[in-house]
Amino acid sequence: MLPDDELVAALRAGNEQAFAAVVREWHAGLTRVARIFTPTRAVADEVVQETWLRVLGALDRFEGRSSLKTWVFRILVNTAKTRAQREGRSIPFSALHDPARVPEAAVDPERFLPDDHPHHPGGWESPPRELPEDRLIAGETREVIERAIEALPANQRAVISLRDVEGWSSDEVRNALDLSEVNQRVLLHRARARVRQALEDYLAPEST
Amino acid sequence: MIDTEALSCQELVELVTDYLEEALEERDLRAFEAHLAHCDGCAEYLEQMRTTIRVVGTLTPNDLTQAAETVLLQAFRTWKRSS
Repeated sequence: MLPDDELVAALRAGNEQAFAAVVREWHAGLTRVARIFTPTRAVADEVVQETWLRVLGALDRFEGRSSLKTWVFRILVNTAKTRAQREGRSIPFSALHDPARVPEAAVDPERFLPDDHPHHPGGWESPPRELPEDRLIAGETREVIERAIEALPANQRAVISLRDVEGWSSDEVRNALDLSEVNQRVLLHRARARVRQALEDYLAPEST
Repeated sequence: MIDTEALSCQELVELVTDYLEEALEERDLRAFEAHLAHCDGCAEYLEQMRTTIRVVGTLTPNDLTQAAETVLLQAFRTWKRSS
């Protein structure tokens, strides 16, 4: 990917290859963020399309105060919100902005000894069961992970997708989703914890 | 498992992402690492969170469909002509 100033210049000059490259590069991330605000994947795809049209319409006014990527993602979020309002859907903002309000344990509290345990309060009663390394990369394991991510609350899904699937930095995710540093980590932690649990349930089921 | 001061296993699992993101304060970091050195369950948990990150990283990002790309490139050409 070109540095921002060269990229913007190429786009303004009508360089089709540069446009195609940036559309491909950011497509997955844009779709995942759009999914926070949209009821279906199809609507998310439409929001991404509309975003690019708006980006083109506003490109001459881009001043480079933020990175191009951040700017494009902000347009996406605005596009998605506007569309949700138009269609009378509510937007899960409170959930996006203050996840810490609703506590959620990374590990089922039942797996720890009680707080008043004489020797080991809060210690593992049922420690994590070992995951067989050879099955981790199997295709079916991947499907389990895909399903676990799909089942996450939208805000957790967006954060883990951008950080761990797309490989974005925490700052990029914070900027795109307008999250505080702490909330970004809270959402990431919960998402990873739930996916880990899904892996353990699948690869090392509890013996009964 | 040896009982470690200050931090219980149940508390430690909530700090794993902060630890991996290098966001723990010095005091918490020391307690975290001291606990980890003596606790197989928590060492395994940390390892599994690392594994989770690694395996999630092997998923393929959503691909752009050819049809959608064609529409966007067409829009780009129209935009170029009109600007």
